[in-house]
Amino acid sequence: MSNPLVDMEKPDVIFCIGTNMTETHPVAATRLKTAIRNGATLICADPRKIPLARMADLHLPLRVGSDVALLGAMAHVIVRDGLTDEAFIAERTEGYDALVKHLETMTPEWAEGICGVPAADIERAAHLYAGAERGAIYYTLGITEHICGVDNVQSLSNLVLLTGNIGREGTGINPMRGQNNIQGAGDAGALPNNYPGFQPVTNPANQAKFAQAWGREVDLELGITKVRALEQCGESIFAMLICGENTVVSDPDRAHCEHALDALEHLVVIDMFLTETAERADVVFPAAGWGEVDGVFTNTERRVQRVRKAVEPPGSAKPDWEIIAGIARAMGLGDGFPYQSAKDVFNELCQLSTTYAGLDWDRIDKGEYHWPVPDREHPGTPILHLGEFPRGRGLFVTPGYRDPAETVSDDYPIWLTTGRRLAHYHTRTMTGRAKGPDWLVPEELLEVHPDDVQRLSLVDGGVALMKSPRGEVLIKVKATDQSPRGTVFCSFSFGDVRVNDLTGAGYDPITDTAELKVCPVSVEPAGARV
Amino acid sequence: MSTITIDGQSVPFEDGETIYEVSRRLERDVPTLCYDDRLEAFGACRLCVVELEGARNPVASCTTMAADGMVVRTATEAIERHRKTLMDLVVSENPKGARIDPLRGLASQELAHLAVRYESDGSRFVGKQSGTSRPDDTNPMILRDYDNCISCYRCVRVCAEREGDYAISVANRGFETQITTEFAGLLEDSDCTFCGQCVQTCPTGALGDLRSMEAQDQPGEFEKTRSICPYCGVGCSVDILTKNEKIVGVQPAMDGPANLGALCVKGQFGWDWVDSDERLTQPLVRKDGKLVPASWEEAWERAAKGFKSVVEKHGRHAVYAVASGRAPHESAYSVQKFVRYGFGTNYVDNCSRA
Ligand code: SF4
Ligand code: SF4
Ligand code: FES
Repeated sequence: MSNPLVDMEKPDVIFCIGTNMTETHPVAATRLKTAIRNGATLICADPRKIPLARMADLHLPLRVGSDVALLGAMAHVIVRDGLTDEAFIAERTEGYDALVKHLETMTPEWAEGICGVPAADIERAAHLYAGAERGAIYYTLGITEHICGVDNVQSLSNLVLLTGNIGREGTGINPMRGQNNIQGAGDAGALPNNYPGFQPVTNPANQAKFAQAWGREVDLELGITKVRALEQCGESIFAMLICGENTVVSDPDRAHCEHALDALEHLVVIDMFLTETAERADVVFPAAGWGEVDGVFTNTERRVQRVRKAVEPPGSAKPDWEIIAGIARAMGLGDGFPYQSAKDVFNELCQLSTTYAGLDWDRIDKGEYHWPVPDREHPGTPILHLGEFPRGRGLFVTPGYRDPAETVSDDYPIWLTTGRRLAHYHTRTMTGRAKGPDWLVPEELLEVHPDDVQRLSLVDGGVALMKSPRGEVLIKVKATDQSPRGTVFCSFSFGDVRVNDLTGAGYDPITDTAELKVCPVSVEPAGARV
Repeated sequence: MSTITIDGQSVPFEDGETIYEVSRRLERDVPTLCYDDRLEAFGACRLCVVELEGARNPVASCTTMAADGMVVRTATEAIERHRKTLMDLVVSENPKGARIDPLRGLASQELAHLAVRYESDGSRFVGKQSGTSRPDDTNPMILRDYDNCISCYRCVRVCAEREGDYAISVANRGFETQITTEFAGLLEDSDCTFCGQCVQTCPTGALGDLRSMEAQDQPGEFEKTRSICPYCGVGCSVDILTKNEKIVGVQPAMDGPANLGALCVKGQFGWDWVDSDERLTQPLVRKDGKLVPASWEEAWERAAKGFKSVVEKHGRHAVYAVASGRAPHESAYSVQKFVRYGFGTNYVDNCSRA
């Protein structure tokens, strides 16, 4: 997030797109509700009539995967109607003329034809956002989990730069991170392109820095993403270490995933449970989990916070860092892993990271710091891009609309979009074993508009057969007008309804993020299949 | 600068500060029951009354703004007598309220503590209890023991003002007062999201955390460990409750910078997986196609040998590692270092792309 969570109470216009925040980030959503109670205007762009859409002053029910068209048309209107922040554009951006040219054809009427949102509503949204004193954008995976995820983000960033809604309190472009420490995993350098602190591996100076610190030289070449690595299993990748991820269930195209892992010569899994992924391993290490280890999480607002051990782990389970150090020792690499405690590991990270350089284990005891904290004197950075952007000027880019990897056809005439539910988290390894949440949502449901239920001869509460070119699942139907006609929704939290057998037609070419949000399917009564 | 005099001490105050807030800054122990500093002051219980010079009657300090030149006394004999009478009344209506297990909720002891402070045992008045419990609501998370309700409306207000769900409201008045959902039904049929915020602000334990109450009868006290919720990226601060070396509950941290005392159903009630019997307790290695228990040394050796032989056969770019987005930094840092230090490659990623 460019801005801290406290800022969520401060905008006068809020634009939420591709985020079901009341379910995925409920506590952050309470702050938006406060802003709304205090009079802020809410624009919600989402295919479904999610709770935020019901609260919104303006709901833009776009067709799944058509965000670039909608956002391009909003930018078109902002330019056409002279609603830009000219001083901001002149001082802090570049590429404006190219953008104006690019936007010429992206009229609201053109967009209406693609995304299904009435041109008048697109105009109204553009006017509301551009007219804001403090306009803030919030999004989650509904923006990024597409083949055009990067285009989506760039389209949002264009709106921000056109209107100067950045670098001030209550504004910004704010992706909400889904997992508790997904931010921290990147900060810590678990990325194929960056050392800890987002220092590019391709920069020889960084190579030299780490070679000096570790006494080992690391390639200047980029690594490959997990998605590519899974594709390469049995071809060029033959061993994997998977830490705390149930790849088989969480990743798209389950059959492909299982096949990939089975093609390995050596698979080592570190986890708390014998997940579907761990079951395929050669060696499984029992991990100590939450409440059982000391450590650090960084949240979505880049706040660096301590987690603490409250109880002993079960049996002989150990913290991940100890397990990995043990493997390293057995390989004769023990010198690189001399840690006595989580504190030692974290402090080494701080010494080598530029974003954490001013931090250490003791300084983050109270969780006051937002990174970057480049040195000891630095107070932390709750708001990013105050005076300038990392690259100097903000660059307008010109993404064009592309269809999703697969579009609806006679065989697969319905859009499936996937997401999360309030009571459950990811693949339910935790919430499925917690009495309360499991009682609230005990099973997977396919949300179908009542008219579609009728049209497709389904029964509310009955079982449907849902197919995509990659697979099929049986799933219970729930009639609800939360789904628009022609689009169905479910989560991927339940292992017995293998929704990710169906998804995964394509990946964003730049980030390799899977298109989990859009998948054409057919839905029919399960009939004798139940 | 404007000043106010409290118990003889003259202090400056900021615009919009109440007498109660200034008194608290001065560490005056003014009792409250309907007050929660995250909520708009309500002025219902009257326990926070103070003497204000020039005012005929005592005023509720939580709803009265500080003003220049005010002279306030927070604990005169008359005020304390007045408070005792109020407490005697409240306790007589809620005799159980003075003996509530602290595992019910964060604020559940407020009434009990004041009962001790004012030596109220419920014997002075013949009480008539208001509020009727809802044993028919069999949800496994929130106890609705309204026999203990004192109509402070903190639950209703936190649900509206903080959670923004408006799931519960107040029906009737006086002794008939009842906290209820729309249509007097069950929480699961209302707009309730089971965030537990009402539970944690209830000062009497009329609302209780059923999950932690399971540990109520175990001997001993519980302890708190400050941590961060393991679910989404908001990073809410929590206190993990432990009793006899087991996690028995979670309470929100009121001073948590990301959440200011709020949690959602996952953070509040989603912790009991930790003690699941499906947890792995020892390393497993594959032998004859089956995963079987092994010692740590054996498992470490097996893991190491596998990586070494793949490197020998296919080169160092044949090894890949995936770090978790849920484990702490030390895990991800170790995973990437294992790859970079061990194999000299950048063949590492985390699970954010799915
Ligand atoms: S249930 Fe608790 S919080 Fe709600 S009004 Fe009654 S005493 Fe107050
Ligand atoms: S649990 Fe949360 S949503 Fe439900 S009544 Fe209590 S405060 Fe409201
Ligand atoms: S605390 Fe002031 S009236 Fe209740």
